[in-house]
Amino acid sequence: MSERVLLRGNDAIGEAAIRAGCDCYFGYPITPQNELTAYMARHMPELGRIFIQAESEIAAINMVYGASAAGARAMTSSSGPGISLKQEGISFLVGAELPALIVNICRGGPGLGNIAPSQADYFQACKGGGHGDYRMVVYAPATVQEAADLTVKAFDVADRYRNPVLLLGDAILGQMMEPVEIRPYAPNRPEKPWAVGGKRQGRAPNLINSLSLEEGVVEEWNWKFKAKFDAMRREEGMVEKVNTEDADLILVAYGTTSRICRAVMKRARAQGLKVGLVRPVTVWPFPYAVLRETARKTREFLVVEMSLGQMIEDVKLSVLDHAAIHFHGRPGGGIPTEGDILEIIEHVLVRRRTGTVTTRGSVIDWTIS
Amino acid sequence: MNHRCMFAGFGGQGILSMGSLLASSGMMAGLHTTFYPAYGIAMRGGNANCTVIVSDDEVASPVVSHPDLMVVMNETSFDFFQSWTAPGGWMFVNSSMTEKPVERNDVRPVYVQATRIATEVGDSRMANMAMLGAVIKVTGILPFDTVLTAMVKTCPAKILHLLEKNKQVFANGYAAL
Repeated sequence: MSERVLLRGNDAIGEAAIRAGCDCYFGYPITPQNELTAYMARHMPELGRIFIQAESEIAAINMVYGASAAGARAMTSSSGPGISLKQEGISFLVGAELPALIVNICRGGPGLGNIAPSQADYFQACKGGGHGDYRMVVYAPATVQEAADLTVKAFDVADRYRNPVLLLGDAILGQMMEPVEIRPYAPNRPEKPWAVGGKRQGRAPNLINSLSLEEGVVEEWNWKFKAKFDAMRREEGMVEKVNTEDADLILVAYGTTSRICRAVMKRARAQGLKVGLVRPVTVWPFPYAVLRETARKTREFLVVEMSLGQMIEDVKLSVLDHAAIHFHGRPGGGIPTEGDILEIIEHVLVRRRTGTVTTRGSVIDWTIS
Repeated sequence: MNHRCMFAGFGGQGILSMGSLLASSGMMAGLHTTFYPAYGIAMRGGNANCTVIVSDDEVASPVVSHPDLMVVMNETSFDFFQSWTAPGGWMFVNSSMTEKPVERNDVRPVYVQATRIATEVGDSRMANMAMLGAVIKVTGILPFDTVLTAMVKTCPAKILHLLEKNKQVFANGYAAL
């Protein structure tokens, strides 16, 4: 039986990972994801599974590489600066075709920044933060329940494609508590005949590797990877559309920001303004086709992010010149407010203005492109 | 029904405990709820606050800029958060810790001698439960028994010996208004 419990986002991700059959967790502390590391420290050893607080983030991601190569379900988690340190390891995981889950509970940057909520790691997550020509599925949950559900799904998807998967949350998602139904789950674990788990019955040795100096081999690998990435594009995209059918303006936002936008949408609708919402659940693969489709009917888009504008580039690639794209973002730990977003919507839809809005003595940053 | 609440005071006053107890109670009553703490740099004696939403509808944004139920447990929080309260909202003040009156005429002030009520039962650190009792009584967010049940169910093992006193303080806070 499943039961509703009040869980912090970080704890819910930990519990979901355990139920998904995570064998090994390797981490290094950093706020605002510390509770996840602490949760795994408490519960993994109880179950006879592996928990290691590594000496650094780089060590942790390479432990993930080793455990995954041996056939284990492995994960690591961190926040902004720590995820930057893991980029080489993530690239190696893709190159060696190793499944893994990486969780980024994003904080304000650049640099050491602060511990406030942020979405400024979008480029790093979706556009290849590490070197080489690679992609990975990136989930951007908006509720604690969704964070738990997508954590479970992430392990399956990683195994299916033999590719790492990233869970991208912000500090609000990691820190807030919400009722969660942690569902019983039968891990869907495929055989891993490629793993280096020890030679048995005379089979040929397995090799886990991302290096070849032989001519054409790495190019061949890349063509094979491309086929996987194309399959992910076809199969793994997730998006939520709300009130898009009759919308005069569509908000585009993911994660916590999408919830702020959902509240704005309700307030706008109550005022008679036809506002809809498109929420990418996977930010890679990005829902280009869904946005392109909505741009056939709706002429105004407002992208809201906790950054200076990263996902907006993907919205532009979707919508092209078929609609005006407005942007409101707050960087470095700032959180967009319902009032500011509503103000911009009123300026666009009611007063037909463009440019910067000054209201109640403060300037709302608002650009149009 | 959609209550957007903020609890503020200094670390050690049980600010996060009272918020998470309200959130747990809301969940047990079958309502939608979110709890979001100020995190990371919290310490005993420093400032602590959290926001809780209790709603019969899905909670859209967990971020509260202007709570319609503000609870301030010390003078620093009173000074800082008075202007945050939404017009028409409640403002609960721990009047054991500040003698300042609410200066706004567009909010509903409620003064509770929370620390005194707690001290009478045994320990000033239970002032949070006295205040929560008063909040429940005045606003009627949730029934008295629901919160009491949640308190019993969520009480950490290490303070189980203080459960009965906390229940008493909660009841006294409820009865004080």
